[in-house]
Amino acid sequence: MAKTIKITINGVTVEIEQGTSILEAARQTGVIIPTLCYHKDLCVAGNCRVCVVEIAGQKRLAAACATPCEEGMEIFTNSFKVRNSRKHIIELLLSEHNADCTRCYKNGNCELQTLSSEYKIMTQDFIRLVKLKNYTIDQFSPSIIKDDSKCVRCQRCVRTCAELQGVNALTVAYKGDRMKISTFFEKAMNDVVCTNCGQCINHCPTGALVEKNYIEEVWDAIADKTKHVIVQTAPAVRVGLGEELGFETGSRVTGKMVAALKRLGFDAVMDTDFTADLTIMEEGTELLTRLKQVLVDHDPHVKLPMTTSCSPGWIKYIEHMYPDYLDHLSSCKSPQQMFGALAKTYYAKMRNLNPETIISVSIMPCTAKKFEAARPEMHDSGYRDVDYVLTTRELAIMIKQAGIDFMKLDDMHYDRLMGESTGAGVIFGATGGVMEAALRTAYELITGRDVPFENLNITPVRGMDGVKEASIKIENPLTDWAFLDGIELKCAVAHGLVNAKKVMDSIISGQSNYHFIEFMACPGGCLGGGGQPIPTSPEIRRKRAEAIYAEDEAMPLRKSHQNPEIIKIYKDFLGKPMGEKSHHLLHTKYTARKRY
Amino acid sequence: MTTNYQLKRADFIFKNENDWKEVLSKNISHPPQKLINELISSELKGRGGAGFPTGLKWKLSAEAVDEIKYVICNADEGEPGTFKDREILSKVPFKVLTAMAICGHVIGAREGYIYLRGEYFFLRPELNKVISEFEYYCREINFDFTIRIFMGSGAYICGEETALFESMEGKRGEPRNKPPFPSSYGYMGKPTVINNVETLAHTYTIFKYGAKRFYDLGVQYSRGSKLFSVSGDTPKPGIYELELGMSLVDFVDEFGDGDTKAVQVGGASGFLVPRKRFNETAIGFQGKLTGISLPTGGSMMLFNSSRSMFNVLDNYLEFFREESCGQCTPCRVGCQQLLNGIKAVKRGEKNAQYLDKLLRLTETMQYTAKCGLGQSVANSFSSIVENFREEMIY
Repeated sequence: MAKTIKITINGVTVEIEQGTSILEAARQTGVIIPTLCYHKDLCVAGNCRVCVVEIAGQKRLAAACATPCEEGMEIFTNSFKVRNSRKHIIELLLSEHNADCTRCYKNGNCELQTLSSEYKIMTQDFIRLVKLKNYTIDQFSPSIIKDDSKCVRCQRCVRTCAELQGVNALTVAYKGDRMKISTFFEKAMNDVVCTNCGQCINHCPTGALVEKNYIEEVWDAIADKTKHVIVQTAPAVRVGLGEELGFETGSRVTGKMVAALKRLGFDAVMDTDFTADLTIMEEGTELLTRLKQVLVDHDPHVKLPMTTSCSPGWIKYIEHMYPDYLDHLSSCKSPQQMFGALAKTYYAKMRNLNPETIISVSIMPCTAKKFEAARPEMHDSGYRDVDYVLTTRELAIMIKQAGIDFMKLDDMHYDRLMGESTGAGVIFGATGGVMEAALRTAYELITGRDVPFENLNITPVRGMDGVKEASIKIENPLTDWAFLDGIELKCAVAHGLVNAKKVMDSIISGQSNYHFIEFMACPGGCLGGGGQPIPTSPEIRRKRAEAIYAEDEAMPLRKSHQNPEIIKIYKDFLGKPMGEKSHHLLHTKYTARKRY
Repeated sequence: MTTNYQLKRADFIFKNENDWKEVLSKNISHPPQKLINELISSELKGRGGAGFPTGLKWKLSAEAVDEIKYVICNADEGEPGTFKDREILSKVPFKVLTAMAICGHVIGAREGYIYLRGEYFFLRPELNKVISEFEYYCREINFDFTIRIFMGSGAYICGEETALFESMEGKRGEPRNKPPFPSSYGYMGKPTVINNVETLAHTYTIFKYGAKRFYDLGVQYSRGSKLFSVSGDTPKPGIYELELGMSLVDFVDEFGDGDTKAVQVGGASGFLVPRKRFNETAIGFQGKLTGISLPTGGSMMLFNSSRSMFNVLDNYLEFFREESCGQCTPCRVGCQQLLNGIKAVKRGEKNAQYLDKLLRLTETMQYTAKCGLGQSVANSFSSIVENFREEMIY
């Protein structure tokens, strides 16, 4: 039990744990102190000064987020001095902010807007500084738009990029009035190490960082009668979308989402979970092949550990940061791109459609997917495999625009052919999910038995620890896999690129000898993705993860190789995993990139 | 209230008796507690401008438990109108090095750094020579202490102690949140004593002559002597060592050109005193009994009646607008608003009452800015605008 101290907040004496910040102590006692630069995911900066409070006996005010409570402290959060100062600070922020709210993408979900609406500052007669500065909007990235005129310099994005992702694409440049958030040599976002993960967007309180949206393009495609518009939905979207549309955090809205997509006018609504299952078939086979090549054939060109390749943020990260280690990546495309390649080949063939008329849209919890879909190598169908990528947030906007009362919708099912999935596909949305799904299938493939975990739940790879490890000992394998007998399959899972860096560095230094590693760029995996509803916090991600695993438990089939549509596609179209057609459509290559 | 204190010259800092070896070997044989007591009884306060009691600073760091501690000499002399540290480092560097080593002995640090202002690059070669001679002697007497120079890059904010640590750690020079304070969490997160060049030079005096000799100078709350950098409209600009507690009227009698309209005490972040208040203003640290007493890092700028106070303020604000690190709102945006604001009033785009709004803004900046920079912009702004309001408007 930690030591407790007594403090007084607005006249009420409370006992709190020693070391608690004033902000936290106030929240515990039901006093709300407004914040802007503070974020639960990040270290304390104390630079916006919105959270200032008065401490008896001190002339200066203290930032509540950055000041620890001390025994006997008498704190006032709403004194004359505090109120006046806070209003001044908000007014200052507004004077430097391009407060053109009606033309802002974040209109309605902006922390600065909320603050100013609470404080009702009607006499804003400070000089408008925005006009005096020459701001340009960086729209070069396919994923992220950066508008400095809306930036409040809270540095949440800078801390996100450094602390959560270890990328440092965004940093502070210049000082004084010219101080701004910038990139290396002020290059455009698509010319720097940015992985397009979008975590900066998720943590930005204003509209300074937003996703590049393709809402109008998709509406146009739907309206075009000559086009056949199909849509896929990623696993994590179904546990996040509800938050934007009136549901509580962690609500599963799969059926309603499908119904809404049909009402929006998509010609076919299918599931990325299907290609997630397909990924397991391909990636699992690739892993076993590699194990054989290394352990039996001793092929020096084949690299272990093999790492997953589903997360486009992770892919761009390794291309920039560890270009010598691209051979470790699985050659499998991500589920989105597998779906895209199949949509304009398999689906077109089975439905007798001209692939030229197909517009393939995907709904993703991710902004890096926008970049991935635009990669030049993603044209294996002969066309651009995925035409438009929308985030969870953009889908919510479309649903609202269409006047759909989401809460009242009846559940519907995905369309056939590429709409069937298993629990293994669903858990792709959570950190550790790809690993768990792969182990469920691979272990059964090798031994003919279920993985030795109760109810198929491989709990060591679940949860929110940054780096998780698991190992499974292979005993009594089938004769084809006899060479694996007695081998302990060592796996690791890392989420958040700062954790990916830790694992990569331990591999390079030779400290670890894993066989298979799952890397996800975003904290919590896709459910905490850069395209998911804002705000995000550890608590919110935990709830979304619970929803993902509940969805898995509720599925009748929970192993990828049991998916009847997967069995069908191999029978009718692909042949076998890692076969020639798979190789052409479902696998890819990577590009070494420079840091600067 | 007047202190009626005559101007008294002192001569300690630049008196070079070349006896640093004796001072060093004698003092490192004393127990740390004795030296701390000596410093505390001298009532020496930091000469960088903030005036924190030096003895207490050393005591807190000495009490902090850690294997590694640091002594840092803050030579990032950036306050406009201050040039005393440059002279100390070029004329009596051994005093500073000796004081650092004694501080190392007191708190248990084996490494010292001099954070040298970027513009003082020319001092570096000579200083390095002196340091190697000093370190050679330390090895001779078996005293483990090394000193390195760290070059600043020209940012005013890096004179703020925590921004200075950040800068030394290779990061952007931005002030940290306090607490924790440097005495427990300084450079590299280790307990650190950081003192101004002049403060260290004074400790040399104290360790050489004893606390009493120092304490006997000056007045209550403001003991000892201090270097003053005198500039502006004066027939004799330069550096002068004077006892603290003098009345500003005496100072102007001595240094003014007969037409002194106002004196800026403490540089851009200090206060402007108009002629009518010379009589009631003393130079020293504030205490209960001393009346209006202005602390200073030593900058004394004199302005005669040919100067426009609007231009003076405009110049200060330009400086702050550019030198704010930019991280906290009140300072970054506040400085821009103040500068643009007085210009707008001058041009008639805003009415005279707008100055009152700006005055209230400086109050907020004083209460809420993260570090001393933003907090002290109010000093020069309010003292100039309140005393020379007409010059701001017409």
